[in-house]
Amino acid sequence: MWVRSTLAYRASFALALVGSALTSALDFVGIYIMFTHIDALGGFSLPEVALLYGTAGAALGLADLLLGNTDRVGARIRDGSLDTMLVRPVPVFAQVAADRFALRRLGRVLQGAAVTAWGAAHVDVAWTADKVLLLPLTVLAGTAIFAAVFLAGAAFQFVAGDAAEVQNSFTYGGATMLQYPPSVFGREMVRGVVFVVPLAFVNWLPALYLLGRPQPFGLPWWTAFLSPFVALLVLAPAAVAWRAGLRSYRSTGS
Amino acid sequence: MAGGDAVRLYAAVAAGGFRRYATYGTATAAGVFTNTVFGFIVAYTYIALWDERPHLGGYDQAQALTFVWISQSLLAAGALIGGGFQEEMQERIRTGDIAVDLYRPADLQLWWLAADLGRAAFQLLARGVPPTIAGALWFDLALPADPLRWVLFLVSVWLGLVVGFALRYLVGLCAFWLLDGSGVNMMSLLVSMFCSGVLLPLNVFPGAFGEVVRMLPWSSMLQVPIDVLLGEGSGAGGAGAALAFQAAWAVLLLAAGRVLQAAATRKVVVQGG
Repeated sequence: MWVRSTLAYRASFALALVGSALTSALDFVGIYIMFTHIDALGGFSLPEVALLYGTAGAALGLADLLLGNTDRVGARIRDGSLDTMLVRPVPVFAQVAADRFALRRLGRVLQGAAVTAWGAAHVDVAWTADKVLLLPLTVLAGTAIFAAVFLAGAAFQFVAGDAAEVQNSFTYGGATMLQYPPSVFGREMVRGVVFVVPLAFVNWLPALYLLGRPQPFGLPWWTAFLSPFVALLVLAPAAVAWRAGLRSYRSTGS
Repeated sequence: MAGGDAVRLYAAVAAGGFRRYATYGTATAAGVFTNTVFGFIVAYTYIALWDERPHLGGYDQAQALTFVWISQSLLAAGALIGGGFQEEMQERIRTGDIAVDLYRPADLQLWWLAADLGRAAFQLLARGVPPTIAGALWFDLALPADPLRWVLFLVSVWLGLVVGFALRYLVGLCAFWLLDGSGVNMMSLLVSMFCSGVLLPLNVFPGAFGEVVRMLPWSSMLQVPIDVLLGEGSGAGGAGAALAFQAAWAVLLLAAGRVLQAAATRKVVVQGG
């Protein structure tokens, strides 16, 4: 329904799609300008950074397309319209995900995929079968990890409805961090996204393997292939948190 | 209306704008958290960049890091990555409520300016001060000790807020012709993010392209206030030139807003309902 209503205004939709792609492309313009002054950032060349940037962007874009509107849960709790969703014979989760579904967010996905392709074509890598397979696997697993963050964020809004912006730190903030090589950041920050909020599995660890670089903290090479398992590992508690939040929900009564 | 009454009216509007945003405590705390997280991420990338190229764009590393934290602190106040009043104004134009606003015994542009400056004042305090303190605790920043420099900085920030308002007022008025402002809003936001220094400090932009971008009004919103704080452009004379540059754009753009507003109210039929 939301898709049809946006497609009703074709020109406006096209503009929004282009706008979405341009907004996310702006970050890459920034990186490009940085590379007009330098040859390598944290030891990574421009195509290598492009690979990081593109995979992080595509994964976040897909998760945002599927679950990005969960930040409206807080507003729906406040104005009481979540009650309407509870009485419909469709899971609340599906309704929340489809709430104002914004197809224009495909713009970020397409832009991320394009930069990934450019980076993959220009990095100095022997593309063996396992590496070719790892790339789409990474984006899908990364999508699932970001989806878990969105879901946890939605659950958090049952506790603090106005704090929806906190999840931006982990989604947009996380994706911004993952655009750059891990060598740029402090050890403690890298440790945090490997072991605490495992965003490093979105693209860092797989990309380090693709580029023939060692994993951080002496982790073995095969950790690069663990992303799908990590995704399941974080999706499970996020789903539990969502169910707990929904069960504890008391309507505003208005 | 007598002068004193007018001042009281717009002061009341500004105070209303301040209080309106002060209501949302949790949302403000969430915003501070996000600004601080982004500050850390960007700071480390700048450290890597300035390690590679010391004195890039005339900044040393401490100055570059100061740029990061001050810009995170000004994002909300300047509505530099979204927010602000123009979407609300466009909604009033679309629904026809603007007709009521035009009947009020107050000037439309000054009314919105007062409300927006009230909002900005709150966000400068609540969302500006904590991230700067966090950044100063963790990193070695080039914050000046001279109180005069801070006063000049605040004047420059204020002028930047007025320039930002004047630009968004022009964008907001487009709704009189377009009705749906989302397209121009998005384009205006893109240009502002690129040309104000949000994306990268403008002195890092290469060659003649950088020269042009630094002359545009958007630089008043972020780059110029930070340079005033950092003392770039050497001494009070440099700061004076910077403030004059901002004031000139503010006057020019506010005047353009009045011209466009006159055209809009004369030519366009307000949507009834």
